[in-house]
Amino acid sequence: MTSALVPLPVVLPLLGSGAALMMSRWPRAQRMVSVVVLAAVVVVAALLLVAADREGPQVVWLGGWRELGIALVADRLAALMLLVSSIVTLAVLVYSIGQGVTDNDREAPVSIYHPTFLTLVAGVSNAFLAGDLFNLFVSFEILLFASYVLLTLGGTAARVRAGTIYVIVNVVSSALFLIAIATAYASLGTLNLAQIGERVPGLDATTALVVQLLLLTTFSIKAAVFPLSLWLPDSYPTAPAPVTAVFAGLLTKVGVYAIIRTQTLLFPDRPLTDLLLWAALATMLVGILGAIAQSDIKRLLSFTLVSHIGYMVFGIGLATQAGMSGAVFYVAHHITVQTALFLVVGLIENLGGSSALLRLGGLASLYPLIGVLFFVPAMNLAGIPPLSGFIGKVGLLQAGIADGSPLAWLLVAGGTVTSLLTLYAVAKAWALAFWRTPREAHEMALQLGGEREGDEEHETPQVSARGHVHLGSTVFAAGDVQEATRAADTDVSDDSEDDLFQLLEREGRRPRPPWAMILPTAGLVGVSLAITVFAGPLYALTDRAASDLLLRTPYLEAVQEAGR
Amino acid sequence: MEMNATLLLVCGGLVGCGVYLLLERSLTRVLAGLVLIGNGINVGFLAAGGPAGSSAFYGSADPEDMADPLPQALVLTAIVITLGTVAFLLAMAHRSWQLHGADDVQDDVEDAAIRRLAVDDETSVGHSATTQGQEEDDPEEDDR
Repeated sequence: MTSALVPLPVVLPLLGSGAALMMSRWPRAQRMVSVVVLAAVVVVAALLLVAADREGPQVVWLGGWRELGIALVADRLAALMLLVSSIVTLAVLVYSIGQGVTDNDREAPVSIYHPTFLTLVAGVSNAFLAGDLFNLFVSFEILLFASYVLLTLGGTAARVRAGTIYVIVNVVSSALFLIAIATAYASLGTLNLAQIGERVPGLDATTALVVQLLLLTTFSIKAAVFPLSLWLPDSYPTAPAPVTAVFAGLLTKVGVYAIIRTQTLLFPDRPLTDLLLWAALATMLVGILGAIAQSDIKRLLSFTLVSHIGYMVFGIGLATQAGMSGAVFYVAHHITVQTALFLVVGLIENLGGSSALLRLGGLASLYPLIGVLFFVPAMNLAGIPPLSGFIGKVGLLQAGIADGSPLAWLLVAGGTVTSLLTLYAVAKAWALAFWRTPREAHEMALQLGGEREGDEEHETPQVSARGHVHLGSTVFAAGDVQEATRAADTDVSDDSEDDLFQLLEREGRRPRPPWAMILPTAGLVGVSLAITVFAGPLYALTDRAASDLLLRTPYLEAVQEAGR
Repeated sequence: MEMNATLLLVCGGLVGCGVYLLLERSLTRVLAGLVLIGNGINVGFLAAGGPAGSSAFYGSADPEDMADPLPQALVLTAIVITLGTVAFLLAMAHRSWQLHGADDVQDDVEDAAIRRLAVDDETSVGHSATTQGQEEDDPEEDDR
């Protein structure tokens, strides 16, 4: 009965997208449609998860074309991913409404944002539910097209530059995917995942390996596994904050999901453990070393995102129940935490006027709530006990130790180092943006500005625009800020705690924290804490999901039975 | 399975030319490369569908003689998707041309900054030696 719900997470956002496009003249109605649709998807996903957990995978053959048509399958893994992703997208949507991306920002036209966002959600849901290789390809295309539009929203120079690279990389990876599909169809005569899974053992080993490696390469590009990750830190940070948040949270995880699905269902006999473990190690270390070098929070977080994909690949590479379960748990944890962090960065940008660490300071004393909202997910990302990041990492490290091979031990060491370096990277961001006093930040910026003036030739506009700490926000007219900064400059020698911010505050125009943005962010941080509190039941669920994945029979039988 | 060598050769030739064009700087050429790759893969799909046959309409021919309709449906979908991608990339190339007067694929801002840092780093002998060498090799790099 509940299997009738399976297509809804795809159909509802698509219909909503059409409705939102028609309502582009009535922004309020448009927002209402998008929120209602996404809330409905959350409910449907929760029902599907309960049904998939109690009664096994829910399968629908679309249009009643049994055994021939397109199957949609919601097993435990797919339903869990669906639930997490729909909660996250709902939070991001509410956040972007609060930000008013959509009204007064010239760089983000209102009429396009909501329909495109809903299309993105439809693509993501379809990717999780697809029981067919070509349907998986189509859902990737749906979500990629939406992401092209969202990434280049407004068509500014920076976004067009970043978007160009993003689009080309993804089109190439789609081409690889098509080659993989053609090869699979030529050799197996079907594209249904369950049927491929049954026929692969009869296939000659070389052909199977070609198909497997093609699929793995395709999904590794989407999931940003090193060395195919280089496009990500370049393209994500330029987009508007909510867009970056949803991309960072979801799109790479769709790639990880596709790796899990194809590796376990199609090629259970050849887990490619060595290859995946080396890739995981390189992803973790190179990613986090990149993060340490960054001086912009958005870029820093993009690099940690790449780095932590390595943990998931580690779990997948082990191909044991513990490893797979840890990877799935880590995906759920990482989606919420990474999205929450990017949303907080959006808040920082909104209040501080910049996301460059050198130009921020004193946010913890000015906005303690935002300090908390950054601190909790940041510590969670680094894996400080008792938060969910710690639980996920411990699960993966235990799986590695249980495996016991030298390479697995190397990965355990690499994972620990990465966790510590993540702590270092986020602690650096915390110390610079939140902990130091605005005065320290101001002086450091002045000093850097002075040093920079020497080499005009190489100055980047961001740094040369005077080394002032941006504590004002867009609320201030440019004239006010200039006046205040001039005053602050003259006061530098003075020992009083006067700084730009206090001067502005004395005039009673302190930027107010935007509650409509803070609430969804806080909600998402709350979800990540809930993952911590309910880690026991959730881990039990991912254990069951992992055993389903490795057994394969629940999935295969459910698809066959529904096909009859 | 019986394979059509012509189709495979055409497929390989198209994809090869496409990859060559993809390595160019100009977005328009990259776009042409992507179109060639897309078409090459579509031809590959036809090869994957097995030997040609009569059209797959119910009752029009013996099912044994019919061509496999599924790859054709897949190719149709792929063509539509390629069309959308091309339209989008053309718009991006046009926008890039509006903004910069050229449709070159730009360097990553941070990469460029790091490269400049390496050039500026006079304390490190090794660095300056290598970066100077690179500059001589590629004088255009700094002009961009």
